[in-house]
Amino acid sequence: MKRLVAKHPLAIRWFHWLNFPVLALMIWSGLWIYWANDVYRLGWGRTTVLKFFPTSFYQAFHMDHKLAQGMSWHFVLMWVFALNGLAYVAYTLISGEWRYLLPTRHSFAEAWQVLLHDLGVRKAPLPARKFNGAQQIAYTAVILMGAGSLLTGLAIYKPTQLAGLTALLGGYEWARLEHFALTIGYVLFFLVHIAQVVRAGWNNFRAMVAGFEVVDVPEAGPTAPAAPVSSPTAPLA
Amino acid sequence: MTDQPQPGRLLTDAEAQQEAARRSRRSFITLGLAGLAGLGGWGWLVTRPAEQGVPRPLRKVLEANGQLAGEYLSNAQLAPVFAKSRARMPRVNGHVGLKDELDLAAWRLRVQGYAPGATAPRRQEFTLADIRALPRTEMTTELKCIEGWSTVVTWAGARLADLLARYPLATDPNPAAGTGQPADQARYASLATPDGKYYVGLDLASALHPQTLLCYEMNGQPLTLDHGAPLRLVTPLKYGIKQLKRIGTLTFTDQRPADYWAERGYDWHSSL
Repeated sequence: MKRLVAKHPLAIRWFHWLNFPVLALMIWSGLWIYWANDVYRLGWGRTTVLKFFPTSFYQAFHMDHKLAQGMSWHFVLMWVFALNGLAYVAYTLISGEWRYLLPTRHSFAEAWQVLLHDLGVRKAPLPARKFNGAQQIAYTAVILMGAGSLLTGLAIYKPTQLAGLTALLGGYEWARLEHFALTIGYVLFFLVHIAQVVRAGWNNFRAMVAGFEVVDVPEAGPTAPAAPVSSPTAPLA
Repeated sequence: MTDQPQPGRLLTDAEAQQEAARRSRRSFITLGLAGLAGLGGWGWLVTRPAEQGVPRPLRKVLEANGQLAGEYLSNAQLAPVFAKSRARMPRVNGHVGLKDELDLAAWRLRVQGYAPGATAPRRQEFTLADIRALPRTEMTTELKCIEGWSTVVTWAGARLADLLARYPLATDPNPAAGTGQPADQARYASLATPDGKYYVGLDLASALHPQTLLCYEMNGQPLTLDHGAPLRLVTPLKYGIKQLKRIGTLTFTDQRPADYWAERGYDWHSSL
C-alpha cells in the first residue's frame, strides 16, 4: 500500500533551487572573467592534456571581450550565492537537518559500497535512509567547496585589504587557481549529481520539488513497528 | 503550507496517488512560476539603461561594494611587499594615451590645485627633477592586472603624499573663505595623460596612501616609454587600469573624476 512520506523540508528545497540559476550565472560570468587570462591547463612540461579552454569553446559561446560585464555580474551575484549558502547552513544547524547530511565514521565505508553498487559490481540494495554515505560525503563536500569559493574569491577580490587571507591561501596566483579548481569541481559534481538524479528516478526528483516521496509499505505498514518482534504468531519473513 | 503527510489517517492507494498528484501539481506550478519570475527579473535587469557600460542596478551594487569595502576594510594598511629578487618585468598591456611623441625635455607634470567654490584655480608645474628632488621611495609590490595576471615589480619614485606635504595642492588654500564644507581637502584626484586620452580618478585616501607613488624607476632602471616614462602612478591598492602611465595632468577636485575604464563597464573603485 502506498503512503506519502515527507523528505525534504520546504526551506531546503528553496535553498537548493535558488542555487541552480545563481551558480549557473556565477560560473558563466566567471568564464567571462577567466577568458581574459586563460592560463590553466592539465599537463606536464610541454605536454598539455587539456587546456581550459580551446579557442573553439570561446567562439562557440561568443566569450570575447566581456571581462567588465563578467566582473559586474560576479560581484553582484556573489551576494546571493553567499547569503543563500549561509542561510542553508544556518537552517541545517537550527533544524537539525545536519544530522542527515553530515558524514559519520561509517559513511566512508558505505560510500565505497554505494560506488560499487552504482558501477553494477555490488547487487545488494543500498541503505534505505534519507542520504547514504556517498551522498553525505558529496553534499557536505559541496558545502565546504562553497565556503572555499567564498574565501578564495574574497582573497582575489581584495588581496590588499585582506592580505592575510590571500597569504594564507598561498598568495594571489594560488588563490586564483584554487578558485578556478573549485569551479571545475562544481561542474564535475553537477554532472555526477544529474546522472544520479536520472538514475534515482522520478520519485526522488519529485521529492526535491514537492518535498515528499511515495513509498510502498506492507499492508500492516504503519502499525508493524509497534508489533512485538518476538510474537510467536508472527510469520517469519 | 502543509508538507507533512497526516500520519494519523491511513490512505488507500488511490487516495495516496491522488494526494501525491495534487501536491506535485501545486509544487511544480510554484517552481515553474518562481522560475518564470526569475527569468522575468533577469530580463528586467538586462534591459535597464546602462550606466557606464553595465545595467544600472549592477552598477549600483558595484558602488555599494566599493563603499562597503572602503568603510569596513582598512585602506590604511600596507599591501604585502616582496623580496627584490622576485621582481620581473611586467607585460605591456595597451598604449592608450601613449601614442603621441614624447618630448622629455618639455614634459611637465601640470597640477591643478584644489580650488573649491569660486576660488581662483591654482596651477603649478613640476619638472622630473622637481619630482626626483622629493624623498625617494622604493618598494617591491605586486602589480595586478584586472585580466587576472600579476607580476612582482620593484618601483621607485616619490610618494604622492610627500609631494602634497611639500606643496599642499590638495588642500583648500583659504578655508576661512567659507565654502560651507567642513573638510578643507579635496575628495578626489584626477590624473590624465598629456593628450588627455587616458584618465583615471582616485579617492584622496588612496592617493595619500604611503604606497602610492609618482614613479620614475622600475626594477632599478628609468621607466621605459612603454611603461609610462617619464612619470607614472603606482599603487598596490588598485588594479593596473588605475595606475596611469605618462602622467600629464593631476587635478584635485570634489567631483568624482571621469575614469577611462569605469566608462567601459569596470568598477570605478577597482580597489584590491
